[in-house]
Amino acid sequence: MSPLDLKKGSSKKSAYDLRTPFSDVNERHTLAVLVDNVDGVLARVIGLFSGRGYNIDSLTVAEVDHTGHRSRITVVTTGTPQVIVQIKHQLERMVVVHEVHDLTVEGASVERELALVKVRGTGDLRVEALRTAEVFRARVMDTTLQSFVFELTGAPEKVDAFVELMVPLGLVEVARTGVAAIARGAE
Amino acid sequence: MTRMSGAEIVVKALKDQGVDTVFGYPGGAVLPIYDAIFQQNDIRHILVRHEQAATHAAEGYARSTGKPGIVLVTSGPGATNAVTGLTDALLDSIPLVVLSGQVPTFMIGNDAFQEADTVGITRPCTKHNWLVKDTDNLANTLHQAFHVATSGRPGPVLIDIPKDVQFADGTYVKPEKANKGHYAPQVKGDVDAITQAVELLETAKRPILYTGGGVINSGTAASQLLRELVGETGFPITSTLMGLGAYPASGEAWLGMLGMHGTYEANMAMHDCDAMICIGARFDDRITGRTDAFSPKSKKVHIDIDPSSINKIIRVDVPIVGDIAHVLEDMLRIWKARGRKTRSEEVAKWWKKIDGWREKQCLSYEQKGPIIKPQYALQRLEALTKKYDRYITTEVGQHQMWAAQYLGFEDPHRWMTSGGLGTMGYGFPSSIGVQIAHPESLVINVAGEASWLMNMQELGTAMQFRAPVKQFILNNERLGMVRQWQELLHGERYSSSWSESLPDFVKLAEAFGAKGIQCSDPDGLDDAIMEMIEHDGPVVFDCLVEKHENCFPMIPSGKAHNEMLLGDASTQGAIQAGGAVMV
Repeated sequence: MSPLDLKKGSSKKSAYDLRTPFSDVNERHTLAVLVDNVDGVLARVIGLFSGRGYNIDSLTVAEVDHTGHRSRITVVTTGTPQVIVQIKHQLERMVVVHEVHDLTVEGASVERELALVKVRGTGDLRVEALRTAEVFRARVMDTTLQSFVFELTGAPEKVDAFVELMVPLGLVEVARTGVAAIARGAE
Repeated sequence: MTRMSGAEIVVKALKDQGVDTVFGYPGGAVLPIYDAIFQQNDIRHILVRHEQAATHAAEGYARSTGKPGIVLVTSGPGATNAVTGLTDALLDSIPLVVLSGQVPTFMIGNDAFQEADTVGITRPCTKHNWLVKDTDNLANTLHQAFHVATSGRPGPVLIDIPKDVQFADGTYVKPEKANKGHYAPQVKGDVDAITQAVELLETAKRPILYTGGGVINSGTAASQLLRELVGETGFPITSTLMGLGAYPASGEAWLGMLGMHGTYEANMAMHDCDAMICIGARFDDRITGRTDAFSPKSKKVHIDIDPSSINKIIRVDVPIVGDIAHVLEDMLRIWKARGRKTRSEEVAKWWKKIDGWREKQCLSYEQKGPIIKPQYALQRLEALTKKYDRYITTEVGQHQMWAAQYLGFEDPHRWMTSGGLGTMGYGFPSSIGVQIAHPESLVINVAGEASWLMNMQELGTAMQFRAPVKQFILNNERLGMVRQWQELLHGERYSSSWSESLPDFVKLAEAFGAKGIQCSDPDGLDDAIMEMIEHDGPVVFDCLVEKHENCFPMIPSGKAHNEMLLGDASTQGAIQAGGAVMV
């Protein structure tokens, strides 16, 4: 590959990154990062991704251990296998990071996302929106005579599908939490 | 449980960490700490003339002693001026502890006078940093900072201390009682992986040891073990710019530096080897050249304390995560226990091949006529200073590469250069830091006139603190490396690479009370160098050299190791468009 034969997006990187990758295939991985919940911890993690040109597709963060002040950051990222391993090692060497788990390679895991979807309409559109919501097991959180706010939980693809169906039915606004993920099984 | 002010806690923590020297510059937000420094005699403060110089001086101190370098700066501009030195230390894995003042906690975020988001600005250029908002956390944070800076892969850390935290009283905690957090990198290598590496040592027909700054950082034991490994196996060894001195330049197995301006024999051996043992180096782009043509026939072992260095650029067959000294010790023990085997006949043949490459004499040049060649200047400097207790720093550019090629280093910690970041202006303040740490030694900064001017204000520091540093300036009135690239890559259009209005360096030295020497005559060079060495005080040596000399050998950007240029005749069309985009 000629160094000038850049792939889309890679020209933002420095010339130091014009290396030939070991595999060109991008993979989607979900990483769970356990960190100390201290000042600036999120900025550190995000700064690592932006500074080294890694992608963030989704990011969620919350304190999961209030006594130990640990937060869990769930990052969905895409990259070649080599880049994914790099991301893991780069995260692991940060002083605030306790553990990094690549849930995509460490066995089966569940991924869930919560969305709040506002739809406006009357008559048949309104009925159809409610019926579709039932199919998706979305719950009605708020209603007026012209609108609904649905709450939907599921894999990101399910949320995508629901939002797409709501477009012709009067979609107004969507709020999504991003992915939370955890390994299946007893461990 | 001792109560004292935050400023006193800082000084006490530094003392308990064994600090004897701080490089810094005062300002409003660090006055309480300066007041505490004034009232004691254990820690010496070196007042620099610019905060960037404080960081480089601390790097020189750290690189020449193996101890962390300490910097103290004020808020805002004091901290932002330290950013270049922090980044330099990060890329070369040098332990620095930088303390910065900050506006009082109740004013943070108000755009107060000399306020900057120091932890935000320095987050990507430190190994870690802290903003201390409570005096009771100060001692603990300081001790943790030393732990982080010096353990694992070393690096710079910064502690931002608001002024009210310096004034307020808090509890002091001793280093041994401090909570240093969970940061504890692995130092012992995996025995199975080390055994695999030993098998490679035993079966290799064309082995090479490729070493780097990690050997120096690991401590003198690592250098000793490396020498033992080379001595016992008889394998050839090369090193990156950062690793010079880990193995002695006078050693039989030494091939010289590798990489973009490395020797022909080192780069050819890297390309043709069948077993590469990478020890504390990181496959930097200055080393690999074109990565898809990098050492295509070899099995590769990579020993590094930082897992993120492994498989980052070059895929290796045997990764070993651990401290170099620990891993080399285990490796030698296992290799000896298995009977000290090597394929000595094949290795002897390999040496014959290497000797053939050596016959190219890739560093040869001709000194003729009335103008000093820069290579000649360095060769004479080497000859005349070799027997001294000598430390060398450099700036960045052609002179740096020539210094690496023509000066020989017999021991670690004797060669302090800005490798990863390539910071012009690094060498002069660094030489002051080295001299402060080694007051009786001969400290020489090999410089180019353009780099040297970037921190020339430090002549004031050298004079004030009686640091008799020798500034050996190879003056070609050009930004030599930029000029060389413009000649090779940009159609000889010398855009802004010509230094006009240069000062009279002799008068400049004299204006500060230092000694200035100018030399332009090859026949007078030896006497002038001796005059520089024998002068008891700082010297600025203006060595007027050939203006258009290029630095060879050279692996052009985007080329492989076996495509290196040896001299001017072969440069036409050497670098194609693909290479021009690389730096």
